[in-house]
Amino acid sequence: MEEKHVLVVFPHPDDESFGAGGTIAQFTKAGVPVTYACLTLGEMGRNMGKPPFATRESIPNLRKKELKDACEVLGIKDLRLLGYRDKTVEFEEEEKIVNEIKALINELNPSLIITHYPEHGVHPDHDATGRATVEAVRQLAKGKRPKLYCIAITKNRETVLGNPDIVNDVEDTMSIKVEAIRAHRSQTEAMFQKPIDENNRIKKWLKEEIFWLYQFQSI
Amino acid sequence: MQPIDDKKVQDALNNYKNKTIYIHLETTNGAYAAHRNDAAMAVSAFIRNGKIVFSQGKITGDNPYRVGLKMDDGWVYAQGLTDWEIDTEERLLLAGHDTEGRIAVALHLSEKPFT
Ligand SMILES: [Zn+2]
Repeated sequence: MEEKHVLVVFPHPDDESFGAGGTIAQFTKAGVPVTYACLTLGEMGRNMGKPPFATRESIPNLRKKELKDACEVLGIKDLRLLGYRDKTVEFEEEEKIVNEIKALINELNPSLIITHYPEHGVHPDHDATGRATVEAVRQLAKGKRPKLYCIAITKNRETVLGNPDIVNDVEDTMSIKVEAIRAHRSQTEAMFQKPIDENNRIKKWLKEEIFWLYQFQSI
Repeated sequence: MQPIDDKKVQDALNNYKNKTIYIHLETTNGAYAAHRNDAAMAVSAFIRNGKIVFSQGKITGDNPYRVGLKMDDGWVYAQGLTDWEIDTEERLLLAGHDTEGRIAVALHLSEKPFT
């Protein structure tokens, strides 16, 4: 894990904590700078807290604050809010998003990018974000492409993609990861109210972070 | 938000009658509905800043509630509403939450566009 700079690209506040929080914390603890490009503020999320303390109109600002808190916990010092709207990423002009991500890559020169695996994101925003990020990297000269770790969450991911290329045990940064997940209070409060055995099951699920290395066709 | 008081909501609705207003209307069962349960489809729809005028607006039902707004050429309708508030920008927010506190339906009315 010798990285210079890691760029994380996800559409929703909390994607970073659930999908890669332990891995991100490992990087920042080792002194590797991490930049998080978050496309939306999760404006259309269903969770409003339990009991609900947010409304559809107040949730964008609340989630922005929760995201900043989570970044603080994870040691992310560079947060870029790209200003798209939850649920609408796939309907934007893809080239515009690709160019924004390409500009970030050119600015930061990351050695590793973490995003969603296109068509394995379940949420359409995840897929659109993965597609745009993969396309941005594809457009770079072959020798200049950073590594691309992709998160796949579809049920058939192993059937289609094979076994994950990276299975990262995040036991050592688990408490940071859980604290970051907790920081997204409006979204995760209900989860932490579940009975202990259910919570243990969740903890086990959180302990491993798995990624597929995106393979470009050799053109 | 607080549990709906239908008389207060009716008064609030009356304030928007015969004015050009903006609405936010949505319903959703979550983007992960199909992922978590093979039998379910992920279903959602929203309109943000629909510009309408209604001549009659009513809240009916008994927790959850329904709201219907009659327009010259049609209707705006929402079912499953449980909570309400007038927010800091004087907008009428109505929402239906499930037992986990998640939004299932929302209808907001405002004289100014929503951001
Ligand atoms: Zn997400």
